[in-house]
Amino acid sequence: MDKFSVFSARLVDKTENFTSGHRACQGCAEALAVRHVMKALGRDTIVAMATGCMEIISSPLPLTSWKVPWIHNAFENPSAVISGVESGMKAMMRKGKLPYKKINYVAMGGDGATADIGMGQLSGALERGHDFLYVCYDNEAYMNTGIQRSSSTPYGASTTTSPAGKVSIGQHTQKKNMAQIAVAHNVPYVATACSSYPFDLMDKVKRGADTPGAAYINCLSVCPTGWRIPTEDAIKYGRLAVDCCIYPLYEVIGGQYKLSYKPYKKVPVTEYIKGQGRFRHLTDSDIAFIQGQVDREWEKILKLCGEGK
Amino acid sequence: MAKPMEKITWQEIETGSVVTEIGNARQYETGSWRSERPVVDAGLCIKCGVCWLFCPDSSVKQAPDGHFEADLVYCKGCGICAKECPVGCITMVSEEG
Amino acid sequence: MAKVRKGIEVSIAMSEAVAQANVDVIAAYPITPQTHIVEHLSEIVAEGHLDAEYVPVESEHSAMSVCCGSAAVGARTFTSTSSQGLALMSEIFTIAAAMRLPVVMALANRSLSSPLSIWNDHSDVMSVRDAGWIHVFVESGQESYDHVFTSFRIAEDPAVMLPVAINLDGFILTHMIEPIEYEDDETIRKYLPDVKMKNALHPDSPVSMGCFGMPEIYTEAQMHRQVGVVNSYGTIVKAWQEWGDLTGRYYRPVETYRTDDADYCIVTMGSYGETAMEVVDSLRGEGEKVGVIKLRLWRPFPFEDFRREALGKKTLIVVDRAISFGGPGGPVASELRSALYGVPGAPKIVNYVAGLAGRDVARVDFRNIILEGKAKAEKGDTDGFTLYGVRG
Repeated sequence: MDKFSVFSARLVDKTENFTSGHRACQGCAEALAVRHVMKALGRDTIVAMATGCMEIISSPLPLTSWKVPWIHNAFENPSAVISGVESGMKAMMRKGKLPYKKINYVAMGGDGATADIGMGQLSGALERGHDFLYVCYDNEAYMNTGIQRSSSTPYGASTTTSPAGKVSIGQHTQKKNMAQIAVAHNVPYVATACSSYPFDLMDKVKRGADTPGAAYINCLSVCPTGWRIPTEDAIKYGRLAVDCCIYPLYEVIGGQYKLSYKPYKKVPVTEYIKGQGRFRHLTDSDIAFIQGQVDREWEKILKLCGEGK
Repeated sequence: MAKPMEKITWQEIETGSVVTEIGNARQYETGSWRSERPVVDAGLCIKCGVCWLFCPDSSVKQAPDGHFEADLVYCKGCGICAKECPVGCITMVSEEG
Repeated sequence: MAKVRKGIEVSIAMSEAVAQANVDVIAAYPITPQTHIVEHLSEIVAEGHLDAEYVPVESEHSAMSVCCGSAAVGARTFTSTSSQGLALMSEIFTIAAAMRLPVVMALANRSLSSPLSIWNDHSDVMSVRDAGWIHVFVESGQESYDHVFTSFRIAEDPAVMLPVAINLDGFILTHMIEPIEYEDDETIRKYLPDVKMKNALHPDSPVSMGCFGMPEIYTEAQMHRQVGVVNSYGTIVKAWQEWGDLTGRYYRPVETYRTDDADYCIVTMGSYGETAMEVVDSLRGEGEKVGVIKLRLWRPFPFEDFRREALGKKTLIVVDRAISFGGPGGPVASELRSALYGVPGAPKIVNYVAGLAGRDVARVDFRNIILEGKAKAEKGDTDGFTLYGVRG
């Protein structure tokens, strides 16, 4: 398990392609994820980013945290913008208007940009098979506008538009499974990742970027502000999400599922839920219900990965 | 060095509001946000770099002797480094007194 | 190489012009009456006559988004849409202009729903009037063909860097078969050099595009845009002049027909100009001192050219193709009233809105509009607008 070895940190590339001076909240594991992703991609990369936290905090005119060519256009369209970037570069290189260079074309957005407003555009770009990587930084709500629910918000979470109340549990729908939706497009590479597992995340980013054709990575990005947890616990909760199996880490390469990490001991979901303010209102029976869901989904993933009983 | 936004005239705007000075956000010092700062016990530090790897603000640097410490120009004081340090050599200390 | 004259559908000629312009990326979504343009372009690409990426997107919103991406890397980029398609992409339409991305669009003008209608008027383009694009209106197949080249030349000029919409009336122009003179590729190459974009996205010279603007800087960014659009006028006129010198076909921001001694003029934009000229000829035979003023350039609005043509006339009868609901009149008439406000000796303006969603406006209708408009002006009845031919 090299990926999880402590001293490997020193082997990671020191170059920062996403610089300090960005204005993300304290303890933002989404900014951390961007940092890791950009380390894995390196400088020969063009990024198209959706409107959202990461765009706002990294590009207040006249400043930018980006050291690679970066374009933001609108909320829902990074997949279409990167389609244009890739198509334009491909055509110009083929026609001799530009010298050939291997470039990573990468679109990024939050879960709102990905699972909600930009869903059609992502589907279009995946289906057309542009040579690009899409990274969804999934912090499970519209954090930039003030913690409103998205279709990626998990069941039971209280947000500003799915508040828990006397007659409401908060979010009453199931988290949309974007990785599975990407898989349904038959793209060559799909993975789930989390910035609490940086080596795994960076490996997957490299693999996704190196895969010819469209690749999709869903990166769970803990948001202390929106999840209402202490800032220092951002890494811990990502780890717990994986250890309790509510957010399994896996890859789907050419349609073949592969589990990236199987917890030595499956942590009860209550360990993950109990410290988070967004779940504070949940009762024991609510948590038991969620545990049942997690167990069923985990079994499905194990089976898909050939690790079933 | 980019001018402060409130000093920029329209003639100084690049066509399309493009920013050509990449990574210039480093002139914005987020260290002033901090209410607590991480203090490293260099003697205990095993120089593993976990704090560096998990810093969302890339604000951990390596000292000449190899131990890691916070770059207080950018450190926002989130405390992740202290929490994640495998040997517990980082303590968060209040900036007030 | 010689020019070739072909009897051809305007949409086909336009797409062949796009191929001659050696475009790199075409992104489009099908919508009537733009379809023939993009169908033929995809065929040209499929047959290998044009080396380009044809991106068959899943919506117009994506079409313009793809165009933004490809223009941002310095690729020559073309798209085409109409009506609801334009409405759907309007968010990105504005951003393309703000980010100064030199996309060229054939905008096959069509009415906006509802009721759903596929036929021509100008309600689509008027909905994006203030987005910051350069808008040109053409009135014939030849003009449609020619303006593909001039529009790329203008859009990609380093001093301009703005998207250009070539407005052509849906069906009335797009589906018309006309004799069109083609220029040879050599002429086009000479006129239209490859794109040289200063801040294209490339890892060798990274830049950040589309940044976030606080109130402290947003106003300056808008001023930069405003000056950019206004200053594009000089490049536009020069590009048209050079095209004329090469081909013998000259274009001007405001064009006129028999206006020298005219007391009153009908003002049109788009394909109505041709019918208006025929009607003016026949009215001239009856002793009416009437002429035609045609607006070719809609944005940047050619204030000086227009005033030069308008001053000295008694009355302008403005035919609009869209309604500004609850507003002061059709968008063109409002613009002209504003351009002439406070100008001593300015002509009276009578406004008609006609030909909505392809309602036929025949010569007899133009004749009615001109004579009735003249009479209204003489009575001082110049407020608001008349919806020509409405029943009830």
